[in-house]
Amino acid sequence: MTARPPAGPRAALTDAWLVGPATAAMLALIFVPVLIVAVLSFTDYQFGARGFAWIGLDNYVTLFTDRIGQRAVINTLVYVAIVMPASMILALLVALGIHAVAAWSGALAGFLRTAYFLPVAATLVAMATVWQMLLHPNLGLVNQSLALAGLGGHAWLSDRGLVLYTLAAIGIWETVGYNMVLFLAGLAAIPRHLYDAAEVDGARAGWERFWTVTWPMLGPTTLFVVVITATRAFRVFETVATLTRGGPGFASDTLVYAMYREGFVYFKAGYSSAITMVFFAFVLVLTLTQVRVLERRVHYR
Amino acid sequence: MNARRAAGRTLTTILLLLGAGLVLLPFVWMLSLSLKPADEIFAPGIDLLPSRIEWRNYVKAFEEVTLLQFLLNGVIVCGGILFFQILIAVPCAYALARRQFWAKGLIFGLVLAGLLVPYHVTAIPIFLGLAEVNLLNTYWALIIPFVISVFGIFLFRQFFATVPNDLIDAARVDGLSETAIVWRIAFPNAWPAVSAFAVFSVVAHWNDLFWPLIAISDPALATPPRGILYFRDEEAGSDFGPLMAAATVVTAPLVLGFLLAQRRFIQGVTMSGLKG
Repeated sequence: MTARPPAGPRAALTDAWLVGPATAAMLALIFVPVLIVAVLSFTDYQFGARGFAWIGLDNYVTLFTDRIGQRAVINTLVYVAIVMPASMILALLVALGIHAVAAWSGALAGFLRTAYFLPVAATLVAMATVWQMLLHPNLGLVNQSLALAGLGGHAWLSDRGLVLYTLAAIGIWETVGYNMVLFLAGLAAIPRHLYDAAEVDGARAGWERFWTVTWPMLGPTTLFVVVITATRAFRVFETVATLTRGGPGFASDTLVYAMYREGFVYFKAGYSSAITMVFFAFVLVLTLTQVRVLERRVHYR
Repeated sequence: MNARRAAGRTLTTILLLLGAGLVLLPFVWMLSLSLKPADEIFAPGIDLLPSRIEWRNYVKAFEEVTLLQFLLNGVIVCGGILFFQILIAVPCAYALARRQFWAKGLIFGLVLAGLLVPYHVTAIPIFLGLAEVNLLNTYWALIIPFVISVFGIFLFRQFFATVPNDLIDAARVDGLSETAIVWRIAFPNAWPAVSAFAVFSVVAHWNDLFWPLIAISDPALATPPRGILYFRDEEAGSDFGPLMAAATVVTAPLVLGFLLAQRRFIQGVTMSGLKG
């Protein structure tokens, strides 16, 4: 007696019934749209227009040579270059601290973990409006505190030289908890006996044990966190849309926000498609790196 | 040595608590402002606690804008997305894990390739498609683009692969159809994966601003983040108390969910790390 599913036309029908809807949806909602974006990026198509013309690489040339286009690309890279290392290092420090605290007080460690993770659970747009209050030039808590300390305040969100760094700071606030959780998992996986062995070998000070055991053992986690954080940072949109709309004077414009503005505010679908493709290329390179990293992670075990 | 260790512990704890205070500051400030009378919000000086608790901010938030409608929209959209994602992904994942057919490798290849595509990339063509069939500015416009979750297929497939053979064989011997096996045997067995996936999906779509900003212009259809922006822009930034009350209400469901089920929540949210 066999319990294998019967082969033949009936089985083929069952297979189609099971995978058909998903396959059709994947094609209609992912792969065909990707092809269309790629094609549109070589046209001057506008939403609502009857036709379009092929303009080759013009959209891409505009993005990389036009002052506004360049701003979006550079701002995004700067944002990633700030948020990624900063949120990673802070998350590692916090995770090391909480891991140490957990050794003598589980409750305190639990409280701290919850506190640092809270921004990840919160609705970013709502929290961005709170940041807007905190950063208000006259009434905001930040400038009032600075004034109390005898320091001058800043126009955090309307100063061209400052706005991108302000958004990056909010990005770090939002990301640290996420990375901390990943690092905590990595720390929990390090076998106790490695530390004992390191101590026998003479690594007595905390930092010695960190460099001989913790850091190398965290290697795979760290690589993973780097890529995840970078991909998340590349997609920055909510804070830009809520707080600055890319301004003032495009000082905080980013790729995804530019894609939204050019496409859905100015209806330049062709140009927006080119921005989309550049964004996609960045994320693709990062995600493929991540796949490599994951493979390496498996290899380690 | 012991004194040094104690000092180290104290220092670590103080630094961690200071950091936690900074991280929590926006939450505390949001609650504080949402309970402050209007004149105190504009008063100079730093007062964390309001002189009297002003519940009217919350009343106003619900009265002046359709905050309740935003929340309801969030529930409808997130619920609709999750329902279709599971309905479509689970049978496919089961077939990929437990059945042999010629297109299996090809379809799994599509799933893996799909994992590489952020949803921002497909926005323009999907917008065009929805406009073509006159579905923009409907709940469907907010749900349809997300009914397929390749990440869901990937996750469930891994899980179904571990369902014991005996269980499925026994069901086949009993004459259960494959569809019945999917929903009555495999799906209940994958409960941990389903709940983690539900957290992942609901958090992503409750908080999303990008797509609602594109797909709808009717405030009556706004999801919570979109609604918050309508609220802020309508009130022209003058009525901070109710705005903070609205922000609190919108943030509360997920934060409460996180506080009540921390392990599951963290699992669900960090899983998204796998998805690009």
